[in-house]
Amino acid sequence: MSSSLASPNSLQSVGSLRYRPALARNRRNQLFTAVATICAAVAVLPLILVLIYVLIKGGSLITLQLLIGLPPAPGLGGGGIGNAILGTIIVTLIASAIAIPVGVGGGIYLAEYSRSGPLARFVRFGTNVLAGVPSIICGVFVYGLIVSTRLFFDQSYSALAGGIALAVLMLPTVIKTTDEALKLVPDELRWGAIGIGASSFVTIVRVTLPAAFSPIATGVVLAIARSAGETAPLIFTALFSPFWPEGVFSPIATMSVLIYNFAIMPYEVQIALAWAASFVLVLMILAANLFARWLSRLAQA
Amino acid sequence: MTLSQLAASSQQDAFASICLSLQNVGISYGASQAVRGVYMEIPRGKVTAFIGPSGCGKSTVLRALNRMNDLIEGCSLSGRVLFDGQDLYSRDVDPVEVRRRIGMVFQKPNPFPKSIYENIAFGARINGYRGDMDDLVERSLRKAAIWDETKDKLHESGYALSGGQQQRLCIARAIAIEPEVILMDEPCSALDPISTLKIEEMMHELKKSYTIVIVTHNMQQAVRVSDMTGFFNVTVGDQAKVGCLEEFAPTEQIFNAPRQQATQDYVSGRFG
Repeated sequence: MSSSLASPNSLQSVGSLRYRPALARNRRNQLFTAVATICAAVAVLPLILVLIYVLIKGGSLITLQLLIGLPPAPGLGGGGIGNAILGTIIVTLIASAIAIPVGVGGGIYLAEYSRSGPLARFVRFGTNVLAGVPSIICGVFVYGLIVSTRLFFDQSYSALAGGIALAVLMLPTVIKTTDEALKLVPDELRWGAIGIGASSFVTIVRVTLPAAFSPIATGVVLAIARSAGETAPLIFTALFSPFWPEGVFSPIATMSVLIYNFAIMPYEVQIALAWAASFVLVLMILAANLFARWLSRLAQA
Repeated sequence: MTLSQLAASSQQDAFASICLSLQNVGISYGASQAVRGVYMEIPRGKVTAFIGPSGCGKSTVLRALNRMNDLIEGCSLSGRVLFDGQDLYSRDVDPVEVRRRIGMVFQKPNPFPKSIYENIAFGARINGYRGDMDDLVERSLRKAAIWDETKDKLHESGYALSGGQQQRLCIARAIAIEPEVILMDEPCSALDPISTLKIEEMMHELKKSYTIVIVTHNMQQAVRVSDMTGFFNVTVGDQAKVGCLEEFAPTEQIFNAPRQQATQDYVSGRFG
């Protein structure tokens, strides 16, 4: 018989179920938990700092005049960023009008018509690559394709070109979220419709798409929010304008390009406007994210 | 009239009332064969049950009857499936048209995320139904023995019903397209005994106007509801297991005096 079993004392200590913090595995556990917690905190730190910094620098400048005024000429005071706010909305709308139908349609093809065909595999791969293409490359591409060739009514820089550049950026996100959302719809639901004689068109439009509406809408809103803040693709395409938008075939002011242009000017007024624009832009993107969260909450209800 | 003449005429009647006829049907998923050599004549206006151990291909054969297998990539069929004398798998047949005349109810209740009313109206509308929709919804729900439970909440979500009610809603949905045949793939396997009983009672009513084919794991259910029974079995072929139709006969005969030893063993609970 072994000695440990023979001694009643050691038997008790082996048999005890009490948690002992000094044990090596428990200490390692605690250390690792602490490290992971710190990393998680550091990860959200930039967001909090950006929000606070932008709030301090730009929040105090928010007035009605700022939201509805035009930027002043260099050297003058006052003015606002109304044209840039309107411009960002216009360019983003153009981008959405292109990217949402094409992206959702592409996602439907991937998820519903050809889950693993050669074209679907190629499109999925291409989408992933496109998602990784730097945004400035999209800008240069649209510059080369549309701006420098004066493709639209002999216009060079235009809101439309800017919208197309942003649409290229939005496409991969929209395709991927549609594809993933449709794949999450249970097959039983599809069979239910097809089993009572629905064509695949009716099944998709009336059953599968409505069932996946909320995750798709969430993805679309996030894609819009992301593209609304892009600068690089717009510098080459939408350019900038100190005036109110004249139409989709003319250069247009956007918030991100306004920030880029004004932040490096040697005038106090312009720098202040850049901060104010940063604040408004961050608020708009935050609002879009909250809207997306609300949409996805809608699905769970 | 002699006895043999009587037998011959009743046989002729039987021939005239064949709804679905399977001739040497084999079904494969990719390279692996799931079922082979199925010959079967499913009578009109009767309930036909498919029984057999798991993996014997009874659901696969059922899904072949309204071309649901088309949705599974790599699934192919050999032989012929005749419905009213038409080959369901001939090139010029539209699978959507097939499924409108041969509706299907699945193992898991799968109502659409719409109201009870819309669940029923959906199928009718896509089939171009022009009549009184309220009337059709009521008729379908009545036939599926669920009208009393739903008449006061037609505009609530189909998900608000219990599992058994959802399944009867799905049956009502299939009835609403006014098919000739209703296929049921283990419709009661996810339900409690009381819901099961309700569905079985309903099937007795339904077979007056429809041909019903049901896959079931529950042998008592097959005895209770069916007129004909097909026993499928798994045979070990060259390398892989393949399903085949072991015996197809009136239910009474399958359960009381089967011709095959395997059927006898299965229905008496000696395996499977």
